[in-house]
Amino acid sequence: MSMQAITRARWFPAVLGFGSFAAAILIIELLIRVGLINRFIVPMPSEIVRAFPRVIAEEHVLWRFLVTAAEALSASILVTVFGIAGGVLLYQFRLLRAATETWVAAVAAAPLVLIYPLYLVIFGRNATTIVMMGFTAGLAPVILKTLEGLAGTRRVLINVGRSFNLTRSQQFWKILFPAALPTIFVGMRLGLIFALINIVGVEFLINFGGLGQLINELAERYDLAGTYAAISFVILVSICVFLLTERLERWLRPVD
Amino acid sequence: MAALIQPSERLAVASPAGSILVVDNITKRFETPEGVVTAVENLSLSVASGEFLGVIGPSGCGKSTLFNIIGGLLDGYEGSVKVAGELVRGPHPSIGMIFQEESTFPWRTVLDNVAFPLEIAGMGRSERYDKAGHFVSLVGLDGFERRYPAELSGGMRQRVSMARTLAAQPKIMLMDEPFAALDEQTRLLLGDKVLQIQQELKQTTLIITHNITEAVQLSDRILVMTYRPGRLKRVVDIDLPRPRTSEIVSSEAFGRYVAQIWNDLREEASRGLRADEAAKRQGAPT
Repeated sequence: MSMQAITRARWFPAVLGFGSFAAAILIIELLIRVGLINRFIVPMPSEIVRAFPRVIAEEHVLWRFLVTAAEALSASILVTVFGIAGGVLLYQFRLLRAATETWVAAVAAAPLVLIYPLYLVIFGRNATTIVMMGFTAGLAPVILKTLEGLAGTRRVLINVGRSFNLTRSQQFWKILFPAALPTIFVGMRLGLIFALINIVGVEFLINFGGLGQLINELAERYDLAGTYAAISFVILVSICVFLLTERLERWLRPVD
Repeated sequence: MAALIQPSERLAVASPAGSILVVDNITKRFETPEGVVTAVENLSLSVASGEFLGVIGPSGCGKSTLFNIIGGLLDGYEGSVKVAGELVRGPHPSIGMIFQEESTFPWRTVLDNVAFPLEIAGMGRSERYDKAGHFVSLVGLDGFERRYPAELSGGMRQRVSMARTLAAQPKIMLMDEPFAALDEQTRLLLGDKVLQIQQELKQTTLIITHNITEAVQLSDRILVMTYRPGRLKRVVDIDLPRPRTSEIVSSEAFGRYVAQIWNDLREEASRGLRADEAAKRQGAPT
């Protein structure tokens, strides 16, 4: 098989991706072993791999994974429902949009994690605080991207709907919403990233709940290999959420 | 050749009794930062049932304004538009519109695009797909029913739009430069398809275009418009035999019609060009 044929093969990008990842891990391992990276700051990848069984068996990481995943899912549902509804509202009412769009954009850029003490007072030291923090952090991007998607619907598609005498509801569900879906999903992905960061961050800060709390405890014990193993599970939550949104997008809109 | 150019007055007195579409003395003005712009002024036209009417004019003559007024997408004008004697006050089920821009729904397959108006009308799934399939066939897209617009060429996508409009079975098909984005050869070949469909369905059609060849190839009658404000300048009866194909473009008579219409248009197009340049010098939008 020629080099050109290999690079064109369907499996090549995936293999290249995994290969690059493995190479990066290997390089880090080597740099630590030769002492260029301090092993008391960054543990060796091989140590992290060896820490997995211990973290799974002794630290109940699967249960913690499920707790964080459930919090992320709850926040995702809230962010999606209220974010899209908010974007639609701003699209429908120009005055509301003019009055609030700048504020919503400012909220999207603000370090919202800093309001967690307020949420602790309101909701207490429990999962509700964590979910609400995720929801608050993820809301603004979904609102803004929903608005952008709806406002960016090509005029001619709206006119096609008008020429077929569509009602307002039909115009929204048959044209505006499907036309805006790709942009809405960009917003959802951004929103879910913000939500997940805040969920794990608040778990860490208030030492409660799932993987964030575990990372906190392992870091406190200076169990670096265990800490990084736990972080791998956070990445797994992120992958699950992304796969879910990707499936949802493909189901709602099979092509771009 | 029969009387090539007829006086515009003829149109104004054209008997609305035999017409399915009557546009009566339309004037439309737009408020702009530079002042009031009259896009269309005292324009009247009528289209007989089964007729293919072409409206041609230079850029800026108000063609698209006229298209939007007849289609019911634009209001706030003087005069009236009637379809089969009924006053048009908004989008009318008897008028089907084909737009200049690409207007297929990218998230729907070809069949779902064409079935769209039937879905809106509440037709059952199997019945609407059967009917949509017929119109997909009519525009020559058999075998592409399950494809998405992104997988089709520009000409095929415009045919999907046409099939979608035809599926609603409008009394009048209104086309706004439907092939403007296509190359000349595809445009001529799609013209053949339009002629074939019009022949088969006896579809009353009004095409708005700035392309003389396209107008002569397709139309029974052509209205030539002036540059802004868009008024009626001339009516040209196209006395070319039907059924037609794109082969007709090489005929002597075709060439004479094109030359005659260009004579009328050249003056208007020059006026438009001068106005455009003057506006650009002053930094005003055109």
